[in-house]
Amino acid sequence: MSDLRELYQEVILDHHKKPRNFRKQAGVAQVEGYNPFCGDRLTVYLKMDGEVIKDVSFEGSGCAISTASASMMTESLKGKTREEAEVIFKAFHDLLTNPAPAANNAAHLGKLAVFSGVREFPVRVKCATLAWHAFHAALDNKNKIVSTE
Amino acid sequence: MSIPTSASTTLRTARLAPPALDPHRLREDFPILREKVHGKPLVYLDNAATTQKPQAVLDAVGRFFTHDNSNVHRGVHTLSERATRSFEEARGKVQRFLNAAQASEIIFTRGTTESINLVAQSYGRERFTAGDEIVLSHMEHHSNIVPWQMVCQQTGAVLRVIPINDRGELLLDEFERLLTPRTKLVSIVHLSNSLGTINPVRALIERAHQAQVPVLLDGAQAVPHLHVDVQSLDCDFYAFSGHKLYGPTGIGVLYGKQAHLEAMPPYQGGGDMIRSVSFAKTDYNVVPYKFEAGTPHIVGAIGLGAAIDYVSRISIDAIAVHENALLAYATDSLADLPGLRLIGTAAAKGGVLSFVLDGVHPHDIGTILDQDGIAIRTGHHCTQPLMERFGVPATARASLALYNTREEIDALVKGIHKVQEVFG
Repeated sequence: MSDLRELYQEVILDHHKKPRNFRKQAGVAQVEGYNPFCGDRLTVYLKMDGEVIKDVSFEGSGCAISTASASMMTESLKGKTREEAEVIFKAFHDLLTNPAPAANNAAHLGKLAVFSGVREFPVRVKCATLAWHAFHAALDNKNKIVSTE
Repeated sequence: MSIPTSASTTLRTARLAPPALDPHRLREDFPILREKVHGKPLVYLDNAATTQKPQAVLDAVGRFFTHDNSNVHRGVHTLSERATRSFEEARGKVQRFLNAAQASEIIFTRGTTESINLVAQSYGRERFTAGDEIVLSHMEHHSNIVPWQMVCQQTGAVLRVIPINDRGELLLDEFERLLTPRTKLVSIVHLSNSLGTINPVRALIERAHQAQVPVLLDGAQAVPHLHVDVQSLDCDFYAFSGHKLYGPTGIGVLYGKQAHLEAMPPYQGGGDMIRSVSFAKTDYNVVPYKFEAGTPHIVGAIGLGAAIDYVSRISIDAIAVHENALLAYATDSLADLPGLRLIGTAAAKGGVLSFVLDGVHPHDIGTILDQDGIAIRTGHHCTQPLMERFGVPATARASLALYNTREEIDALVKGIHKVQEVFG
């Protein structure tokens, strides 16, 4: 059970059940993230104000990991600059894929560090990064579908 | 009068009842079932994806590479003769297993997918023209959809889809309506990989033949669980894969009626499929070799032959009885779980249990069960149109084989309780 509790932490389950910023936005950059492996499909909506993320939200359906990751992503990115968002994006990716993440990683991630347990479940890394890839493409103003495959 | 009737019934039952199968004893034949996963005994319930291999198959593969390895249909040396004999014996085993009229009606392919592509490209592309119709069902695997879409793009033919009801059964009245003078082929799954539905293929074939329409059956899931007799069914083509029948991956079979196969052009060009080659002209070999270009998966065919010997010794009928009893037990066990919905509740069903849980994505179910060593499949099972029909992005699927036990179903149920505990 310990590995499972590490993966399905209370805060992750909470965001899965009550995803934050779970709504559409009109007239903003939007990118759909799709994981053909499990059928998860999320659309990320991004509203910029110059270099600042004015609003970021998402909609769609997915597993607990992908939904919670999308939800917590929107909370952590709102109000950040493009540059800060890039740093967090890289730190999150590092957290999931690098067995020894950089020492200052935790400082960039804050609450997002709860996803460190995903590293022990390699097939689930794509779930956790799905919304992030969609966000990243939206940041580059690419209206498209990003796939994990 | 009632006494003789009942006596004769008893006699008939006694004669027909297959010997009972003891899964605990048969498990000994499968070395992989002794594996531990995350420190727990492996509970392998992903048999619709692929089955495990008995020692007899592992031995046949090892023996071939150790003692007989050589190319087939080529050399005059001893090893080549032995390899050719073993390879052709395997074809004979498949022929007898399906009760095909002759061995030349058995073509070795890479699997069900390639078998269907072969028919689509060789039979379909040649014959179909713009406006022709190919009838499929809503429960087809992508491998029985995409090859037909490709041939539709090439020829201008169109797909027609038999709808299904909420239990996952074909609507036969709709099938009737879809059969028109434009219908050129019906291609239907025999046993659905996602729902477990066993389709009434005998009736479908009879009806299609009345309209002079040939029928292909996708038997990937049916062959390990049902006795299949292609002559009795009178199907025109039958496709299956070795690895779902306890054999190796990369080997499969296309059965085709001799008359069809002889009239069809080759699928791929190369060695072995020719009689003579010059730069001006090539004469093709006879069936089945016309469809087996290049060096075949020799050891795969031999392994498949060993797998057929293995299941035949147990008897497919005995396997079916065992799996049906286990399916009934599992269906009852899962029905007791709150918030669980079975997808696929057809009256005629094989050992597949697709389900969804309230508030829990199948992927999370799969991860949590895996921590207890329980292997199930989660996802769309390569049947996306079917998932859409049932309004789910994916399901969790447990699928049964001859070596599964009630204890393993109990472990599955316990695992699902744990999922519900984690998700509160």
